[in-house]
Amino acid sequence: MSSETQKILTTDGIPLEVSLKKAEKKNKIKAFLLVCPLLLFIIITYIFPIGEMFSRSIDDRMVTNMLPKTFKAMESWDGKELPSEEVFASFLADYRALAEKKEHGKLGQRLNKEKNGFNTILKKLWRKMKKFEEGNAKEQIMAVHKRFSDVKYWQAIKRTAPPYTMAKYLKGMDMYFNEDGKVVQVEEDRRIHRILWLRTLEVAFFVTLFCFLMGYPIAHLLATLPMKYSNLLMICVLLPFWTSLLVRTASWMILLQQQGIVNDFFVWIGLVADDNRPEMMYNKTGTYVAMTQILLPFMVLPLYSVMKTISPSLMRAGKSLGGTPFIAFWKIYFPLTIPGIGAGCLLVFILAIGYYITPALVGGASGTLISNQIAYHMKATLDWSFASAMGLMLLTGVLVVYWIYNKLVGIDNIKLG
Amino acid sequence: MAKNNEFVKFDKVDKSYDGKVLVVKDLNLDIAEGEFITMLGPSGSGKTTCLMMLAGFETPTNGEIYLDGNPISNIPPHKRGIGMVFQNYALFPHMTVYENLAFPLKVRKFSKDEIDKKVEKALSMVSLSDFGSRMPAQLSGGQQQRVAVARALVFDPAVVLMDEPLGALDKNLRESMQYEIKHIHESIGVTVVYVTHDQSEALTMSNRIAVFNDGKVQQLSSPDKLYEEPVNSFVAEFIGENNTFQGEVTDISKDRCKIKLDSGKEILANPIRVKSKGEKSIVSLRPERAIIDPEEKMDNKFQGKIEEVIYHGDHTRVRLNLLGNKEFILKVPNSSARMDIKLGNEIKIGWNSFDARALDPK
Repeated sequence: MSSETQKILTTDGIPLEVSLKKAEKKNKIKAFLLVCPLLLFIIITYIFPIGEMFSRSIDDRMVTNMLPKTFKAMESWDGKELPSEEVFASFLADYRALAEKKEHGKLGQRLNKEKNGFNTILKKLWRKMKKFEEGNAKEQIMAVHKRFSDVKYWQAIKRTAPPYTMAKYLKGMDMYFNEDGKVVQVEEDRRIHRILWLRTLEVAFFVTLFCFLMGYPIAHLLATLPMKYSNLLMICVLLPFWTSLLVRTASWMILLQQQGIVNDFFVWIGLVADDNRPEMMYNKTGTYVAMTQILLPFMVLPLYSVMKTISPSLMRAGKSLGGTPFIAFWKIYFPLTIPGIGAGCLLVFILAIGYYITPALVGGASGTLISNQIAYHMKATLDWSFASAMGLMLLTGVLVVYWIYNKLVGIDNIKLG
Repeated sequence: MAKNNEFVKFDKVDKSYDGKVLVVKDLNLDIAEGEFITMLGPSGSGKTTCLMMLAGFETPTNGEIYLDGNPISNIPPHKRGIGMVFQNYALFPHMTVYENLAFPLKVRKFSKDEIDKKVEKALSMVSLSDFGSRMPAQLSGGQQQRVAVARALVFDPAVVLMDEPLGALDKNLRESMQYEIKHIHESIGVTVVYVTHDQSEALTMSNRIAVFNDGKVQQLSSPDKLYEEPVNSFVAEFIGENNTFQGEVTDISKDRCKIKLDSGKEILANPIRVKSKGEKSIVSLRPERAIIDPEEKMDNKFQGKIEEVIYHGDHTRVRLNLLGNKEFILKVPNSSARMDIKLGNEIKIGWNSFDARALDPK
């Protein structure tokens, strides 16, 4: 019997299989069209900016575009001894072209970053080159300043040849390319970024820990209280969500400042002397206190949703089988809440690692985090490529945390509600 | 060895949750060692509260519970050594079946070899020997139930409490599990206190049944006695099917009384809870004790009209209008001889006055 005769046909003679596929295809298109707006939104507002950020952070085409002929000529140069006449001639031609467009100053500034003293000799070259004779560029240029006969300056130009550079990322880790093109660390007293990274990790870690220690009992209470009390408590937990972040942070400033309510209270109960009020703001303490309070709901909610699903009879079973209340909690209740703990900790940690407003307002000098540094470069120094590089480093850090979590607990073990 | 008839003893136990309503009132209950006792009652009757007090999750407001002669009100649950099977099994979902069973042994610091041996024994008892490495979620409802039973028994407790353990199973599985639990009880001789609201479950499994209502034990007796000789109208109505007549006692002797029904007719009944003339009473009669075409010696004989006939396979249920009671149910075994059971026919019905129990009027 052939397979043809076995095929099931619909009433209008089309094989059922084809007909079903057609119907499914229609549904698939409909489903895709439904998610299409969101997909576009995510691509436009999320994936595209991240790509833009990445390209900006490694972009180094400025010199590449300014000295096209020079780099072409340099291709055959071994980089050890002084380059050939051809390179000098192309450089002169490129520089003249720049001078006509009045962009030669930018080149000087950029190359000065690569090698100190470049700006001076380029300015001198600009003045002298008007009187240059045709041909023999190498000798004439070397005569302008003796630094032009130093091979290191030419090596510096060659280093800027590739259109992409990792220099911004190295800067984010307090490292740079030295004159020999090797990665070295900056002097010890200038390694500010590393301090900020470590402090960001430290603050994120401790804020997560504090949130966990405080959120776990609250979530447990929420999950076990009768409905009318748990609703009230839930409102208390969610109240911070309904208040603007700025208002909350400002209220912490009122509470924590030296003449603030908390300090007044300490003085009143005699805990501290009036002239010796502790500083609780504009340092790490302020950052810890305010961030813990603000991020607490993100810990409580996933924990609560997991705890709500744990049947109270499990604890009873544990006790009736001979486990002390502690063993019943530790061996039965706690392991069952791990998905909630994982979700809560991951959420709080990731939010804390990129937190900006609160540390900016209450953090002071010792309480600012890497995000404040990024904002500083965005707004004050306008070094957007550096800000992008640090932003991406932060993103990578978050992805690493996510990856570690996945390895340790398993991402499918996460429960947000 | 003499059996301890007061192995578990509830002594004048009261329980109130809010200080206003007593959920359990003056409960006195003795449970013998090795007995299978069932607490049966409608929901809210206090039976689960009694179980929870015995397990230690609730404390009696008044009175004391004794286990093997020792008061236990001040002993926390984990020191009581009472096994418990919960309504929803309460298996630990993050542990394998083996780990679930090993839990009570581990907390009692048994050695690894002993744990292995005991767990294996308990699993083979519920015929789940090969399931030790499974997670509870990978088991069917019946299997989970058996694991829960095995876990409650694995540490050899003196008493095992079961809180409606078969409530979530389908009918067939429930019936086979009833026999399984009964056989386990018979083979290891553990004392079982079983809570259910399913009367057939209680009747098939128990040595004795305590019928609860309104916080009180209404009747404590063996299943057959409970069914044949209910002591009050609640028990009569709660256990099995029941035809009732309301009336007033007009004449009473030692083992017989005359009851004048609301419809004006008089019937003869067995005075259980009525003592004097003029008392109101509810007369209870099991459907199977009334017979069509009564024999001559029966002292109650009446005629009724068939209102409804329901075919049940092995028997037919007939609803009659008899003596003013339109809900009088009759069970007729199916046989070819009974062809006159048709809607609207008048038939003769009779029963012995001994089977018609004159109880309290509620």
